[in-house]
Amino acid sequence: MTTLLDVRALKTHFTLKRRPGSTWFRPKPILKAVDGVSFTIDVGEVLALVGESGCGKSTVGRTLVKLERATGGQAMFGGTDILPLSTKAFRPLRRQIQMIFQDPFASLNPRLTIEQTLAEPLRIHGLATNRTASRKRIGAMLEQVGLAPDAMHRYPHAFSGGQRQRIGIARVMVLAPDLIVADEAVSALDVSVQAQVLNVLKDLQRDSGVAMLFISHDLGVVRHVGDRVAVMYLGRIVEIARTKALFERPAHPYTQLLLASIPRLDPARRGLRPKLMGEPASATAMPSGCAFHPRCPHANQRCIDATPELETRADGHAVACHHADKLTAGHAA
Amino acid sequence: MPLLEVDRLSVAVQSDGLLQPVVREISFTLERGATLGIVGESGCGKSLTSLAIMGLLAGTPVRITGGHIRFDGRDLLALEARERRRLMGAAMAMIFQEPMTSLNPVYRVGDQIIEAIEQHRRCSRRESRERARELLQQVRIPDPAGKLDFYPHQLSGGMRQRVMIAIALASDPALLIADEPTTALDVTVQAQILDLLLELQRDHGMAILLISHDLGVIAETCNRVAVMYRGQIVERASSVALFAMPRHPYTLGLMRSVPNPDVDPDSNLVRDARNEPGRLDAIPGRVPAIDERVDGCAFHPRCSMAEPVCRRDDPAVHDRNGHESRCHFADTLS
Repeated sequence: MTTLLDVRALKTHFTLKRRPGSTWFRPKPILKAVDGVSFTIDVGEVLALVGESGCGKSTVGRTLVKLERATGGQAMFGGTDILPLSTKAFRPLRRQIQMIFQDPFASLNPRLTIEQTLAEPLRIHGLATNRTASRKRIGAMLEQVGLAPDAMHRYPHAFSGGQRQRIGIARVMVLAPDLIVADEAVSALDVSVQAQVLNVLKDLQRDSGVAMLFISHDLGVVRHVGDRVAVMYLGRIVEIARTKALFERPAHPYTQLLLASIPRLDPARRGLRPKLMGEPASATAMPSGCAFHPRCPHANQRCIDATPELETRADGHAVACHHADKLTAGHAA
Repeated sequence: MPLLEVDRLSVAVQSDGLLQPVVREISFTLERGATLGIVGESGCGKSLTSLAIMGLLAGTPVRITGGHIRFDGRDLLALEARERRRLMGAAMAMIFQEPMTSLNPVYRVGDQIIEAIEQHRRCSRRESRERARELLQQVRIPDPAGKLDFYPHQLSGGMRQRVMIAIALASDPALLIADEPTTALDVTVQAQILDLLLELQRDHGMAILLISHDLGVIAETCNRVAVMYRGQIVERASSVALFAMPRHPYTLGLMRSVPNPDVDPDSNLVRDARNEPGRLDAIPGRVPAIDERVDGCAFHPRCSMAEPVCRRDDPAVHDRNGHESRCHFADTLS
């Protein structure tokens, strides 16, 4: 497979305001939302990025579509590092890298019909020369996401949440992008509607061969859509592997904890869930060494002192844990 | 006598001079010390049911239009609001999805717990502070004495929800209603809060009514489950029976819609209704709007099993060994 996107040592740090009472000669606190993240996405591949709130997964996505400014690293897309590009220089690539947001209503202008909303990017990127061509393309796209073509004459308020997210998907897919960043794209939907939208998204992705960075906190959804999965914890990737391998043989203690925490549709599991310790730390008060050590049942002095690097094993499964070898062997899948 | 008995409760929303029914003659009971889950998607009426039980509908356009709510044998709807508060204020408590909307940001956590304690019993400031510390300890907050002086914003979401649970426990209630208590929390924190609720239920003999959209949360927490769809309870059973053998097509559809983290989507276990691999078996269509009229079974427009009878007649409740289903074909389903 050819690599479409190659992200190396990506850093997105935010400078925060000084706390009240702090003096001017103290440096302003830095929030290391993304702190050295590397991954690749192949042409047509879905990489799922999973983690809990505040782990930096959304910031990775937002940095790649240049909604946030990277403070370090590279993101090679078709031979160009997109991170240092100016807004103007990035514009030709905008069509190729598109984003789907959690709340589609927030990304649809309530005063524009669906046709007007979808036609604008087509016109800007020169994909439809006249109104007939654009209308034809929009109608076909709406059908592909399971809506009637005449939905284009209506306004966003006329649609339910699930339909709006279908429109959100159509708005992006109509541009025939090469990479989609989908940030919690189905998280706001009820489960029966979520399943419909996931089917639409997966069908379109397979048929068009678009690559996707699928950001989600929901591990069930992630298993369903991802070809590979990267698990983030406090600004870093702690494990990355093929989906089946990650779910069946999780190697990092944090991944194991996440998988054990998902409530299953099985009353027999009641009370049998492993007991968990602690709470996620904050990226403003990062623990030393391995950021997960305060919650990790396997932590020892080495984990407090040294940050483990993400190391790729022979089978392509990468883990950032000092105890990875021991743990994978011991984990009953 | 059950602790809580909801008997043909109906609730409607007043809009444009019309009363739109949102909860239609639902009935269930909750025994002392038991856990009952109400599960359903947005708009099914699960939260309005809990607000009706708590008596929190005053001042909203929502009205109780029929039925009874009995607590300890006493009909709550027949009581005056003041009388009801005097008798029941201590016996029932409720926690919500977003603890930050229930906690006052400008008061210390300790003062908010002490306020709840002093609502229900007379005691000195020192006694109530000591009791507040005990409560924080019961909800497993580390360094409880120190945390009394924290403001809500200094705590994480999980810790705030623990404070809300501590406030709810202040009156030693017989019933705790938890409305989506873990929905705003991360999955690892959710697991801890659910464990805590189960522990408290066991140690205090407190009954829990848990409202959630998440089937997994209900399965792992509740003895019994009621599934709601468009204002009706469509299925009610023990959790073990319901998750093993659902007897309503909506319940079955919900269970199939959830992507299972333990199943490889490329295995032949994941198929949609047309047997296409890798696709989720989603329930088609959407929940009708509250002012849309649906004749017969409320679920029939989305149901793959629907027959002419489903379009015509609202199904009665079919009970088999305490497993109830409001479906004409309940007996063919399992």
